Parts: sequence; C-alpha cells; structure tokens
Amino acid sequence: MTKKLMLGNAAFARGAWEAGATVAAAYPGTPSTEITENVATYDEILAQWAPNEKVALEVAIGASFGGARALCAMKHVGLNVAADPLFTAAYTGVNGGLVIVVADDPGMNSSQNEQDSRFYARSAHVPMLEPSDSHEAKEFVKAAFELSEKYDTPVFVRSNTRLSHSQGVVELMERADVALKPYVKDIPKYVMMPGMARKRHVIVEQRMNDIKEFANSTELNKVEMNDTAIGVITAGVTYNDVKEALPNASVLKLGMIYPLPAKTIADFAAKVDKLYIVEELEPFFEDAIKAMGIDIIGKEIFTLQGEYSANMIAKGILGKQIDSRDAGVLPMRPPVMCPGCPHRAVYHVLKKLKIMATGDIGCYTLGALPPHEGIDMCVCMGASISMATGLEKARGKDFARKLVAVIGDSTFFHSGITGLVDMVYNGATSTVMILDNSTTGMTGHQDHPSTGKNLKGDVAAVIDIETLVRGLGVKNVRTVDPFDMKALEVILKEETAREEVSVIITQRPCALLPQVPVLPALHINDTCTSCGMCMKLGCPAIERHENGMWINETLCNGCGLCVKVCKFDSIKKAGE
Amino acid sequence: MTNQNSKDILIVGVGGQGTLLASRILGNLAISQGHDVKLSEVHGMAQRGGSVVTHVRYGSKVFAPTVDAGSADIIIAFEKLEALRWIGKLKPNGKMFVNTQEIAPMPVVTGAVAYPSDIEGTIANEVPGTVFVDALSMAKQAGNAKAVNTVLIGVLAKHMDIDKQAFLDAIKATVPERFLDINIIAFEKGYNS
Ligand SMILES: Cc1ncc(C[n+]2csc(CCOP(=O)(O)OP(=O)(O)O)c2C)c(N)n1
Repeated sequence: MTKKLMLGNAAFARGAWEAGATVAAAYPGTPSTEITENVATYDEILAQWAPNEKVALEVAIGASFGGARALCAMKHVGLNVAADPLFTAAYTGVNGGLVIVVADDPGMNSSQNEQDSRFYARSAHVPMLEPSDSHEAKEFVKAAFELSEKYDTPVFVRSNTRLSHSQGVVELMERADVALKPYVKDIPKYVMMPGMARKRHVIVEQRMNDIKEFANSTELNKVEMNDTAIGVITAGVTYNDVKEALPNASVLKLGMIYPLPAKTIADFAAKVDKLYIVEELEPFFEDAIKAMGIDIIGKEIFTLQGEYSANMIAKGILGKQIDSRDAGVLPMRPPVMCPGCPHRAVYHVLKKLKIMATGDIGCYTLGALPPHEGIDMCVCMGASISMATGLEKARGKDFARKLVAVIGDSTFFHSGITGLVDMVYNGATSTVMILDNSTTGMTGHQDHPSTGKNLKGDVAAVIDIETLVRGLGVKNVRTVDPFDMKALEVILKEETAREEVSVIITQRPCALLPQVPVLPALHINDTCTSCGMCMKLGCPAIERHENGMWINETLCNGCGLCVKVCKFDSIKKAGE
Repeated sequence: MTNQNSKDILIVGVGGQGTLLASRILGNLAISQGHDVKLSEVHGMAQRGGSVVTHVRYGSKVFAPTVDAGSADIIIAFEKLEALRWIGKLKPNGKMFVNTQEIAPMPVVTGAVAYPSDIEGTIANEVPGTVFVDALSMAKQAGNAKAVNTVLIGVLAKHMDIDKQAFLDAIKATVPERFLDINIIAFEKGYNS
C-alpha cells in the first residue's frame, strides 16, 4: 500500500477517483478550489469549471441522472448560489452517485462570512458526512458515493479551511470499476412539478428515517471510551483539537453529522458523567441533542466565532491556562494588491475623480483598504451591479453621475450578467466597470469563459465580454488599458456623465500570469522631491524612508505605473 | 497545547516568500524519518502580500494540523516583523531562526505607522539564543532571491539532530527539477553559515 502526504483537497479528489467518478463540475472558491483542480489531473474524470456554483451543481445533477458518479465542490457561500437545485435534487434523488463537497471557513481566512453549511443538510434533507483528516477526506467521499446510490439521494461531505488546506498521510488505493448506470426515462422521479413532487416528498421523509437508522450502526461514527468523567461529542477537524486537549476523555466522533445517530448519542451520554459538545461553529449538534432531552454543555463555554484550538478547548473544559509570550501591538500586514496589479490603476483614477464605487468579490476588493479606500460596499458575488441600481433608485439620477460598479471578469460571468440585464431593462444609468485581468485572480488563476482555455488546459471557446455586453443591449461600451490612466480618466468622465447605462472594460492581464513579463526593477534617482505622489498608488514595492522614496527591488516588477504618476521624472529603469 | 509526542514547527513570513515550499520539504523529511505528519498551509486571500503562517507537526501520532499558542518547538521566520508577530506561539524553551530581511507592510508603506525599531534586540531579549541570518543575501549568492526558503532549511538542518543527507533527499523530493541545483547551493550556504 502506498502512503502519501496529501493536501485535504487533493484527498477529496483522490476519493472521487477511487470511487469511480467520471464527471466533476465546480466554480472556484477558497478553500475548496484545489479539489476540482486535482480532480482535473485524473484522465478518467471529465472535470470542468462552470461559471457559477448553481450551474456546476446542475451539471453534476444531469451527470448523475445520466448514470455517472458525479462530484461538485464549492465553498460555503457557493452553496447559497447552488441552493435552488440542491433542495429539489433532494426530491428527485440520483441515478449515479452525486456527492457535494462544501468547505466552510470558520475564522474567515478568505471569506465574507462564517456561515455553517450543516443547516443546509437539515433543511434540504440531504445527509452530510464530515472527515477529520486527509485520509478520511478520501474515504468519506467514497462512502458518500455508496450512500448516495444506496439511499437514492445527493450526499454532502463537509470540509473547512483547516482540513482542505492541511496535508496528512493518505493510503492510496485502486480505482473502483464502476459501470455507467443505464438511463431510464422516469417522469415521476425526475420532473418536479407539484403533483409529482408531493409524492417524492413522502419518499424523502421515508429515506431520512432509513438513514437515521443507518446512522446508529455506521462505522463512520466512532465511540472512543476512556475515562468517563468527561465525554465529548465532536466532529471533523475539531475532533483533533479535542484529542490534543483531552487525551484521556471519552469521545464520540461523529462522521455522519446529519442525520444524527440518536441512539448512539443517548448510549454515549449515559456512560459519561459530564457531556460536552465541541463544534465549529453554530450549535448544530447542541440544539439537536438538547432536544433529545440530554444534559450537555456547549456554547455557554465555547464561541460562535473563529477557529477552535486545543488550548481553547482545554481552557473551556479544564480551566487550564497556557502561558505564552506577548508580542505587543505591531503594525498589521493586511493582504495587498500585488506590484504590477492592473486594478491599482483603476482605483487611482477613481480616487482622483472622486467617484464612488460599489464593489464586488475578488482581488479588486482590496481596493477598499488604504490608501485607495476606493469601494464603499461589498456583499456577495455580482452584487456590485445590482446595488448600484438600488443606490440610484434610492438617491436619484444625479447620484448616479458619480457612481460606478466595479466587478471582475470571472465575477461578471458568475453573477454580474443578470444585474446588467436588470440595469438595461429597468433603465438604470450608472456605469459598470468590468476589471478584465484574463483570469480568476483571487482564488489562484483559474480559467473562465473568456480566457480561451478550460480546466483540463485545452483550448476552449472564448466568450468576448464586449460582444456579450452589447448583446445585452448596452449601447455605450468602451474597452481601455487601465495603465493608460489618461485615457481611462477621459472615458470615466464621459461615461459617468451620460444618463444611460455604460460599461467600461479595463483590460490588462494579472501581473502574476506566466505570459506577463517581469521587467527589471525600477529605481528612484536624486531628483526625487519626496512629494509622495507615487505613494498614493499603494504599491508595496515603494517605501518612504527618512532620506526619500525607495523602491524595494525584490518586490518591484517594473510595471512602470509609478513612472506615470511621478511629476519630476525621478523614477528610472535599470541603467537609466 | 504543549505536546510531548510531537515536534511542532511554525514557518512564518509574508505571502509570496515561499513558506509553503519550506513546510513541504519538512513534511517530506518527517515522513522519511517514519513519523506521522500534518501540515497546515495558507492559500487564498492572505497570500497576496499578507502575513502567512504554515504549521508543521510530526511525531508518532499527530492529531491537530495547527500549532497552538505557547507550543511551537521551533519558529522559522522569513521576515523580522513576522518573527515578532508570531512569538506567542513559541514554547518557553523553543528556538527561533530569523531571516533579517525587512518587508514593509502597507500601513508602514503609507506612512501610517513606523516599522518597529530594533526587532532583533526585542527578539533576542525574549528568546535568548535566537539565530539571525541574512538569508536573502545568501539566496542571491546562490543565484536566486527566491531560494530564501532553502537557505533557512539549511540553517535549521545545522541545528537539528537529523542527518544532513535526509534534508537533501527531502529537498530533492519536493523542489521541481529545474530549480534543484540553486536550491541545493542555497541549502549548503545556510548549513555552512
Ligand atoms: C459565491 C461565491 N463563490 C466563490 C467565491 C470565491 N471567490 C472570491 S473572489 C473570486 C473570483 C474573483 O475573480 P475575478 O472576478 O476575475 O477577480 P480577480 O480576483 O481576478 O481580480 C472567487 C471565485 C465567493 N466569494 N463567492
């Protein structure tokens, strides 16, 4: 047997491969992205990026109906987008197994909220498993495919940042030989209209009862009896923290986290003196177990916010305080737009023109931070455009003369198009800026519908953003290189002044893409007056020192944006 | 939690400095020594020039992938300010290896606050015996400023009771072929510093 150190996300992918899956679809989102990137490395699986999570899940549902084992992975907020097909796929059930991996982000390492996806399992009546390390990540995906086909239901596997992005030892196994199931037309099962859905709902409830029975007997749930003074019910990565904090405690480790194994829980509770529930983050187990009439301690000592740790659990349960050094108050180091980032030029011009922007999600959200403070609001993917429409409704057309919506290219495809359709249809007049950097930047350079490549790296059809936007009925469409800041300024003035919807596409590839040349670092000569103009760009490579400005040569990639803003011609190329 | 059964290493730096590679080299090293291993990495938002920390834990059986406050045996810092920021993770008798490179964070770049003065003094005071090295210069001498990570692995190797050859093998198992030569030179520079 081969053992390998594997990223949790690579292990999820390996699990799908070993389970014999042949289709996978996803939209990227930290911390889930690498699952599908790894799936794409297996020749036997047709893996694709979809423009958003709803489309991805629908592709996977279709593949399942078509008899294939299909995987769909997403981050927690992606599940909000995919919720519509999810709830009804729970009614139709599956043909080939359908597994949805959803990765939560307690602590919001890379997310805009801390939502707990377990509630989707309960409200959609879809079983959910939760592994605790890389090896289980692989095995639980396989178990999920088995369950999916056995009980005719989609099955969730829950992950989180720590599991998805930690490496652990995995035992590799062979791929199962799973034949494509026959496709049989079955209107009462697959066509969800009221008369048929009512009958399917009865089946859903029956199925949940069957799975509740299964939960009490499955080895996915593990009882580890030790000292019975303290018992803990926990799951996932948190189980590991419990084991570090309380090596002698008795533990019920839940592998199937919905539906809960009522009998297993009651039996375990009867054997221990004091029972604690340790879970990230909502009191999901706690509320259910309290409703069983069992006496437990949970959120009265544990937080609803941030990641749990062994120290925190030891403190909560044992009152044990761990001493550590105190670094004192230090300058923060927030993430920043990279040197050479095309977005920087956009925010520089917006600030100069005192234009307000609604924002969206991507690298360009970093424009909200100093020195630009260039976006006023950011809620979810696609919201920049629709919120601008709402602002205009609330405050009138004059307000829209100083208002733009800023959205990335991948985000525009994800959920910006419908917002723009709404602007055209309902006569909104502000300006949409599509920041086209030829990639999905924030999540680490995934291709999307206008990059000309697909997830497998093959040549794909290119959906031209300008043509698309014109097709939606936008008459005023301008494309500009954001590094031509003079032109961008003129275009922005013209388009925001217009009492009609306009779209400005700023086109320049992400500075980190391999096709973008890294030029030699620039330097500042002694004609510099320390006026600070270049500092307004917020480039991490330009620093103010006591004796003037200074360019950090290990960071500068020679993009030359600072040369354009310097009024004294003091910034030079190497050798100049 | 201080755990007697595991060795806990924290690698800290600034997004883009290559801390991931360093943790993966140590992960492969630990596996080659027959240990159970867990690594916790940073992907996504924080990579864009933010403060990053990766965790390496190995031993007979490792549960949590992350190193808690007050429990790191070793901290390897790619940048001075980050070394100080994460000092709370170190065990009372833990050891630190610090690259003396300075990278100004945005609040310093914009002039809102100053980069703390005499970080080396503060750290040496808190953690006597801390090893300070100019890994950036050594990496440049080796032929690539990005080889800071293998220089620091070399520095660490000198202070650990694991065979030097095992470190070299772990580097070979981790670093892409075309960068291997430079990284081996960088490792030797760190080892011999
Ligand atoms: C519903 C949802 N899915 C996925 C994500 C993860 N995510 C954050 S930003 C982003 C893509 C940004 O790409 P783009 O719009 O091209 O902007 P860039 O980062 O390249 O500037 C993704 C996929 C999310 N936040 N919400």
